[in-house]
Amino acid sequence: MRPINAKILKVIDETPTIKTFRLDTAGRLRGKPGQFVMVWVRGVDEVPMTLSYDDGITVQRVGEATEAMFRLKEGDTLGIRGPYGNGWELVGDNILIVSGGVGSAPLAPLAEKAAAIGVQVTVLAGYRTKEEVHFEARYRKAGKTMIATDDGSYGHKGFVTDLMRDIDLSMYTQIYCCGPEKMMYRVLGILDEHKASERSQFSLQRYIKCGIGVCGSCCIDPDGLRVCRDGPVFRGDTLIGSELGMYARDGSGKKMML
Amino acid sequence: MQNPTILAAGILGTTGASLKRVASLGAGAVVTKSIGVEPKYGHPNPSMLKLECGYINAMGLPNPSYREFLQELDIAKQAGVPVIASIFGASEAEFREAAEGLPGASAYELNVSCPHAKGYGMQIGTDPALVEAVTRAVKGVVDVPVWVKLTPNVTDITAIGRAAQDGGAEAVVAINTVKAMAIDVESGYPILGNINGGLSGPAIKPIAIKCVYDLYEALDIPVIGVGGISSWADAVEFLMAGASAVEIGSAVYDGLDVFASVSMGLSDYLDRKGMKLEDLIGLSHRVVRHEAHKC
Repeated sequence: MRPINAKILKVIDETPTIKTFRLDTAGRLRGKPGQFVMVWVRGVDEVPMTLSYDDGITVQRVGEATEAMFRLKEGDTLGIRGPYGNGWELVGDNILIVSGGVGSAPLAPLAEKAAAIGVQVTVLAGYRTKEEVHFEARYRKAGKTMIATDDGSYGHKGFVTDLMRDIDLSMYTQIYCCGPEKMMYRVLGILDEHKASERSQFSLQRYIKCGIGVCGSCCIDPDGLRVCRDGPVFRGDTLIGSELGMYARDGSGKKMML
Repeated sequence: MQNPTILAAGILGTTGASLKRVASLGAGAVVTKSIGVEPKYGHPNPSMLKLECGYINAMGLPNPSYREFLQELDIAKQAGVPVIASIFGASEAEFREAAEGLPGASAYELNVSCPHAKGYGMQIGTDPALVEAVTRAVKGVVDVPVWVKLTPNVTDITAIGRAAQDGGAEAVVAINTVKAMAIDVESGYPILGNINGGLSGPAIKPIAIKCVYDLYEALDIPVIGVGGISSWADAVEFLMAGASAVEIGSAVYDGLDVFASVSMGLSDYLDRKGMKLEDLIGLSHRVVRHEAHKC
């Protein structure tokens, strides 16, 4: 598909480093939580972003393209291709969400949509520090929410994985996780210990070029699964023994140790 | 080869694991991403789009260099099918270095046809003298077949094919993508980050068929057909035009089972016709000659 022209309806400052863009795509963008879109900042670059609302993306400033997006205002336009990838699969009636930083982007809409159809939702959300906390209201509205910050400036002092130690993981029909890779790797390790990895789903981030499953830039070891097409959501047990938490490939295809 | 379908260069070829996966899903052989002597990050995105009639791309030869890629090649070789290393360079010396840096490939496919990488690809592949020199240079350092992948963006592709043959190539591969461009009508911006790119998919199949047909007439070495193949009937058409095997690229968009479906469909076709694969290769040329005799 050619990019859809999307008009920015609203820019929301979530934190000093994170903004949400609500878009008018004239009803042409029908995605589900966990799917992503390729966001084209014309003349700059095009980057993958998961949908944080049916019509919105939530962006952390990390590079040239996101830097350029941060300069955009209401009324400006973006090119949008997608939605791409598989998205979360809602399983059962009592789910746990483990969210780290801006990994909240695909998880907050999942929490809302699950709660809306009567699924019991529990959220463990970790952030670096108090001023990076976002989507707290969305999470709290969806279900029981516990927050951790690395520096203890808000909620529990420590990692979101600490919060996992205090709850009974066996009661959840499915566990959903997205966040920094090292955090996801630790979460997967805990789930594996509790024999719960096959009841879990993780959303991965890799360098994506084509976005449509053809070029192979985002393939992960050892099975050659494509993050853009076979993912970005993978079952936890398929990720055990994979490159998750070990390395990722850069734009040239070179492995970078994490 | 177990079957005549080959994964084309630049498709799912960045990692050994993904090459293995494609082989396990039915490809008779696989070609790696084009690899050069230094790491390259490629062009800015957007780098590939599906258009109404095919696909347009400008990846920009991203690759981690042969030093990094050698480990991926070794993993790909576990697939149990021939692994062909696609290599590119800006000079004879670079081609030679890339080939020597990737020992153990079943064959080398020289990318002298990428339409959108400055100094590489078709900047070499449109000059018969350079094509011959580069082919000879690689032939001098490897003891397995050398294939030369040709660009259709020339007046006479057979002249380039002959140059490859004169340089010692065991086969030519035709065609790489056709120079192309797409513009965003909302803004006027060319969509590809590199502005210019190459067209693949169904739109270029008739162009590729014509190139293969002409190369089969002009050359003594085998022609491998590529360009817009997504079904067994496409493969039959290429074989009739003169291809000895086919490469499949963009069609993986519709499903990774394309290799199995093309090779099984082809084998059913041969059974139905009571023919062998060899009977099909270049059949149209024999039909045309036969008709000419009748006049």
